[in-house]
Amino acid sequence: MYSQGLIGADGRTEETQDFLDRFQRRIDAEEKIEPMDAMPAGYRKTLVRQIGQHAHSEIVGMLPEGNWITRAPSLRRKAALLAKVQDEGGHGLYLYAAAETLGVSREEMTEELHCGKAKYSSIFNYPTLSWADIGIIGWLVDGAAIMNQIPLCRCSYGPYARAMIRVCKEESFHQRQGYEICMALAKGTPAQREMLQDALNRWWWPVLMMFGPHDADSLHSDQSMAWKIKRFSNDELRQKFIDATVPQAEYLGLTFPDPEMRWNEEKGGWDHGPIDWDEFWRVVKGFGPMACDRIAARRKAWEDGAWVREAALAHAEKRRARKMAAE
Amino acid sequence: MLYDAVLELADDHLVLGHRLSEWCGHAPMLEEDLALPNMALDLIGTARTLYDHAARLEGQGRDEDALAYLRGEREYRNLLLCERPNGDFAHTMLRQLYFAAFMAPYWQAALGSEDEVIAGVAGKAVKEMAYHIRHAGEWVIRMGDGTDESAARMRAAVADLHIYTGELFEDGAGDAALPSRAEIRPAWDATIAGIFAEALLDVPEVPFPQTGGREGRHGEALGHMLAEMQALHRAHPGAVW
Ligand SMILES: [Fe+2]
Ligand SMILES: [Fe+2]
Repeated sequence: MYSQGLIGADGRTEETQDFLDRFQRRIDAEEKIEPMDAMPAGYRKTLVRQIGQHAHSEIVGMLPEGNWITRAPSLRRKAALLAKVQDEGGHGLYLYAAAETLGVSREEMTEELHCGKAKYSSIFNYPTLSWADIGIIGWLVDGAAIMNQIPLCRCSYGPYARAMIRVCKEESFHQRQGYEICMALAKGTPAQREMLQDALNRWWWPVLMMFGPHDADSLHSDQSMAWKIKRFSNDELRQKFIDATVPQAEYLGLTFPDPEMRWNEEKGGWDHGPIDWDEFWRVVKGFGPMACDRIAARRKAWEDGAWVREAALAHAEKRRARKMAAE
Repeated sequence: MLYDAVLELADDHLVLGHRLSEWCGHAPMLEEDLALPNMALDLIGTARTLYDHAARLEGQGRDEDALAYLRGEREYRNLLLCERPNGDFAHTMLRQLYFAAFMAPYWQAALGSEDEVIAGVAGKAVKEMAYHIRHAGEWVIRMGDGTDESAARMRAAVADLHIYTGELFEDGAGDAALPSRAEIRPAWDATIAGIFAEALLDVPEVPFPQTGGREGRHGEALGHMLAEMQALHRAHPGAVW
């Protein structure tokens, strides 16, 4: 989902060649760039955009899974799902904090999300229609996120890299938990197995799209690779993900909704059929099936909560005034 | 009977935990999107231990999920306070304060229970409830002494919810292994009075408290909550999740 964070990013810079060369030497030497360091405006802008979109993805991502908290089929699953969705909120919080080190406030980023200017991962614009979706999201969506995020633990920007280390630990826990939900369904009744296969059929292609466009169509990747904001290409990560996922799906007795999926001995990996990029761009541009609902839900929470945030500020102000008066 | 008394407690915790979980992803700020599920998880965790204990005491082969998912609203024994719909943030935080201000001294009194499970739950829950009082209490104070709007909303929440607090002190099923609920009253009154004083709220007189939850006479909201909570589980009888 996080390579989608670079769609439309404009990394062009106007600094002197000497400044850019010195910056590049630091990057090449694997030095971490920290908030107070000089950095090209394009580097800052690319990171603000990517970290912001990543943070928004965590927050919007709470909604599709949150959709099943009140209906989880056992108390154990209910507690685990609630804790998982809460973790995603925590990821959003660290990521907003990392973005704030680059000079943009959480409020500004939130405004951009609500007005449709900032993007978030396309995957969260699909609906969760059954309990099996919760298993599939943990296994595949968190799984794809891990593929994207493990390299980000070595991102050149220090605060982002450190946030990713913390996030990745929790994401791998989510993935195992998701796979475990799928396993229970795979071993369950015919209706449960059908629910699971149906969920895979619906989520498989959108999950592959999480890695972003093919390398040939990915406009700003080269600069991001040079700056070590990005370490692997979209297609490399997608391939790694498919190769890791196929045996796991076979173990569950699932089939992929892709008649062209076959082992390629020569490349030592799985080939897949064509991805529907029209669908991808449609969803990225804000026309995914749940896009309106997601933003509406975020805005509603924000607007309904305005009086609460105002009360907290007013109260803090009163306290300060009283303390001053007492001194 | 200990079984009935434990089941009452379990129902209180599950129903209120479920209510709090409804906020997840929809809170007024991200910090509360973390804090509300945190409190929900405390309550659901306690409910699970108590259901498991009740199921063993009953000895009929039921488990926590059978008790949570396969009883209807007339069989639920929770307090009316716990099932009240979330309303706005003022209602949610006040409901939480009322409950935690009761449970903290209750679990304190249960620490020495002859029933090991109850004593174990009490040891963990005492700390959790102290946190819930602090968190909800601070919000009641911020909203009560915040803006004109928040103060009005806070007063409305008190007017709506205070009538359900009398039920907290009814000794219902009761059991020697559990503290007397009536005796918790002075501690609860003191906590609420302290917080209300700072929140500029008055403790209202309640001529006719609303009760009935312990006999399964609920408000209309509980049935809808259970319908949603139980639908999937009931649609697949005997399935393992
Ligand atoms: Fe996450
Ligand atoms: Fe996750």
